[in-house]
Amino acid sequence: MTVILNQSFTGISIGAVLLLIALGLTLTFGQMGVINMAHGEFIMAGAYTTYVLQKAISGAGVSLLVALPVAFLVAGAMGALLEWLLIRRLYTRPLDTLLVTWGVSLMLQQLARDIFGAPNVQTRAPDILTGNIAVAEGISLANSRLFILGLALLSVLALTLVLRFTPLGRRIRAVVQNRDLAEVSGIATGRVDRMTFFIGSGLAGVAGVAITLVGPIGPTTGTNYIVDAFLVVVVGGIGQLKGSVITAFVLGVLQSVLEYSTTVSVAKVIVLVAIVAFLQWRPQGLYTLRTRSLA
Amino acid sequence: MTTTSAPTTPAPEVTKATSPLTRFRVPGGFALGAVLLLGIAPLALTDFRLALLAKYLCWAMVAVGVSLAWGRGGLLVLGQGVFFGLGGYAMAMHLKLADAADTGIPGALPDFMQLYGTGEALPWWWKPFGNPAFALAATVLLPMAVAAVLGFFVFRRRVRGAYFAILSQALAAALAIWLVGQQATTGGTNGLTDFQGFFGYDLDDPANQRTVYFVIAVSLLLLMAAARQLFVSRYGELLIAVRDSEERVRFLGYDPANVKLVAYVVAAGMAGLAGALFVPAVGIISPALIGVVPSIGFVIGAAVGGRASLVGAVLGAIAVAWAQSTLSDAFPGAWTYLQGLLFVVAVGFLPGGLASLGAVIRRNRIRTRSGEAA
Amino acid sequence: MSGLSITRRGLLTAASAVGASAALSACGAKTGSGTSSDAAGATADTSGSTVKIGLLNSLSGTMAISEVTVHNALLLAVKEINAAGGVLGKKLKAVSQDGASDWPTFAEKAESLIKEDKVAATFGCWTSASRKAVKPVFEKYKSPLFYPVQYEGLEQSPYIFYIGATTNQQIVPALDYLKKQGLTRLYLVGSDYVFPRTANKIIKAYAKANGMTVVGEDYAPLGSTEFSTIVNEVKGSGADAVFNTLNGDSNVAFFKEYKSAGLTAKSMPVLSVSIAEEEVASIGTQYLEDQLTAWNYYETTPGAANEKFVKAYQAEYGAKKPTSDPMEAAYISVYLWKAMVEKAGSFDVAKVKAAADGITFDAPEGKVTVDGATQHVYKTARIGKIGSDGLITEVWNSGKPVKPDPYLKGYDWASGLS
Repeated sequence: MTVILNQSFTGISIGAVLLLIALGLTLTFGQMGVINMAHGEFIMAGAYTTYVLQKAISGAGVSLLVALPVAFLVAGAMGALLEWLLIRRLYTRPLDTLLVTWGVSLMLQQLARDIFGAPNVQTRAPDILTGNIAVAEGISLANSRLFILGLALLSVLALTLVLRFTPLGRRIRAVVQNRDLAEVSGIATGRVDRMTFFIGSGLAGVAGVAITLVGPIGPTTGTNYIVDAFLVVVVGGIGQLKGSVITAFVLGVLQSVLEYSTTVSVAKVIVLVAIVAFLQWRPQGLYTLRTRSLA
Repeated sequence: MTTTSAPTTPAPEVTKATSPLTRFRVPGGFALGAVLLLGIAPLALTDFRLALLAKYLCWAMVAVGVSLAWGRGGLLVLGQGVFFGLGGYAMAMHLKLADAADTGIPGALPDFMQLYGTGEALPWWWKPFGNPAFALAATVLLPMAVAAVLGFFVFRRRVRGAYFAILSQALAAALAIWLVGQQATTGGTNGLTDFQGFFGYDLDDPANQRTVYFVIAVSLLLLMAAARQLFVSRYGELLIAVRDSEERVRFLGYDPANVKLVAYVVAAGMAGLAGALFVPAVGIISPALIGVVPSIGFVIGAAVGGRASLVGAVLGAIAVAWAQSTLSDAFPGAWTYLQGLLFVVAVGFLPGGLASLGAVIRRNRIRTRSGEAA
Repeated sequence: MSGLSITRRGLLTAASAVGASAALSACGAKTGSGTSSDAAGATADTSGSTVKIGLLNSLSGTMAISEVTVHNALLLAVKEINAAGGVLGKKLKAVSQDGASDWPTFAEKAESLIKEDKVAATFGCWTSASRKAVKPVFEKYKSPLFYPVQYEGLEQSPYIFYIGATTNQQIVPALDYLKKQGLTRLYLVGSDYVFPRTANKIIKAYAKANGMTVVGEDYAPLGSTEFSTIVNEVKGSGADAVFNTLNGDSNVAFFKEYKSAGLTAKSMPVLSVSIAEEEVASIGTQYLEDQLTAWNYYETTPGAANEKFVKAYQAEYGAKKPTSDPMEAAYISVYLWKAMVEKAGSFDVAKVKAAADGITFDAPEGKVTVDGATQHVYKTARIGKIGSDGLITEVWNSGKPVKPDPYLKGYDWASGLS
């Protein structure tokens, strides 16, 4: 029983990390259809932001909290810049975007290597986040995981609210659903695109802050997560936040159960193959947004 | 619209060649390539450089398939590492078994299995590879079969380009992780290495290494000839039509799924053959050649040289491989920037690759002359 | 269709070329015919006033983190040797090649060093996979490689000198130590590749013969950063200690998870064999304090030779740069080669190999001696504890250098292993 409970929490916490790293992609890939391979490097930028801030501000807890908005801005700005420099020229060629942004990701990794050095850097987690809460005999929840789960859910909530209830959100949805119609209605689609990209990339930065609590911070940090992040969005379905949320947690639990009953390698292979098989069965993913423009 | 063609892709040499100059360009170029690869290179290069060239030509063979599937068919094949690996492992398994048989001990296992294995009998799925004919056929047919099964479902289900690319990557990652995990039977991260012989010939002998080079060079020329044949055939035109407007092709009564499938399967076979020949030329096959990053690497050359142009893709693959191995020693950091930049520039701003540079410049000149602002 | 006829002509050309290449190949040697000895035509060029040596490390890619430090240590040794007059009156010229963390590239660069640069010896490689990839190359050209990293044993190439520890100089002493501490229930966690799998095979054999129990065994793919399940299993296993053979980035994720789960060095110590000073700096002492490591050298190892080495290294590369076991092994490997050449009085590989046995060197890790029979080195095993300052201090050592035994022939319990 304890095993089952522990494993389900583990699964949920794996899912929370997946959700957080994929959340930005639900906007840039899910809404805009841009395959941005440099998304992983925006995560990396968020992680390094935490590192830099921690060197500047002493308290680990304060610097982590400050890092959240700063990383959002840093990664968001990088994303907006990338959109302005390259991606907007490539909207008609999504596959080429994939390759171009992969080139960008190579350069960003090398940039990180040149600035921060090739070895991983360390951050200090605030003491409150290194402990755990004992729920019952033998069952404990790691504080860092709870924090990530909370952050992920909060981000989803914030994103939903922005998309649903703000003028910007309405414009984003309008552009996604019918770009031409949005344009003739007087929406500056170019600016909306940049804003969408800003938010999506900014969320990657937030994810970067969170993963400093659980993983390494180095030039290749982003590459550890990028394929998983895309898989979540692809399986979840284009244009639907709830698809990605469900997928992240399902994959997390699946991964943790398989890891427990087999080995980590085998679990990873099974999950990947299951995803490939699932997409053959439902190529549009779990949920799809039916719009004219996606015909 | 979900098709992904680059509108600026230069029109490749179209079938109707009328002027005598154009008529002899292709056979002339082919002959020139053959003379360079089979005549001049072996004479001018040292054994070591020739072995390097053999390796680059293996990348070029993959690029031929990429040019077909991606350049002409618009399928971004980001999982070529899978097929390269299947071909390579099929060949490597045979060579390992042949080496073990050469020891003269009946039932001898390949060396790495004695070290890491359970010490029991050969796994059943290794056994058929002891037969040279089976192994040779498998190097090409196994990748093609996997591609056929995968492609059949994917294209029939009308999986969109981006999804297809990510799916290919997931598959590449899965295969690499699986191979690493099965150390006792696949050699794990080490891969398969240390081959003594190649179908009875001693691989340590420079003369035999040269033969391997010739086999690779000839194979590349044959693949290019075959691809060219496909390009100019009715099928080739159909493939471009599918790339540029899949719906329209469907309305005309063709099944785009089948058209794509053929390109995908042929490209997989070419990657498999390249992987198989890579093994005797370089002496190793490992999961490091299969995962996500190498799979992207396989399309870099084609993208830089010009995906839609056969010669561009091949020369691009060779040039990038050469630059990688030469520049990364001298400037490991700068090379990474350059590699990224090459990608951004070639794919983002010059989708026809370097092969289209001439055409782009010519077009711009005409445009400037006629007073149109760019 | 003019295209068709064109291609036919092309095919003809190609076909004739096949014939030509077949004719060319007629002279190639068959396997086992023994006529291929001429393959080893590549001899080192030692005629000039300088002698080239090859440095083969990953300067780019995922392994660069570790291998660049080894490369630096090698360059330091070369610089010192040249300042002291070189080897046999000739200055050394180091030729660096980038293995780029890619095994086929290692093989290619090894060949380039031997055939193009005609180096007298090569120093480098880190992962077992890269060593396995270059092994046939060095054997083919009969050129020596000095390998500086602890490894999984079970190998003895006539052209490789293993300067790092083999299993009986690192893993077996570590197990002895755990046993002495009464930590007999072990959980094995490792990355999924050759070294951890082989090491764990040895650990299991040792445990069986020594009344210890292995309560669990888990492998994570290289580069994996998700350890919640593994840590969960470790926590529930009731083990006394964890034997950790994880590599690189995975260690960071593992230790962060380990601490989050409430496990400490006190409640369940982790003994790691791939975490040196460099890695401690990137994981963070917050997560590592008081955990154990097993190596042959630490930055804090006492002795004049080490003080000199640390000082020289930090003067060259920065005052805060740590020194670690593989770096030290790389550093001494150049000196050991120098001693062999000087004893042989020649750069000739066969003579150098013959001179190897019994060469000693007063190394930063203490006195080391080359064992000619195995081409390994006698090394002192040391267990260390990670301090809050990021340095590792020794808590136990084997007292005297341990004789290398790559196939564990001297251990009864290991008889079924290879």
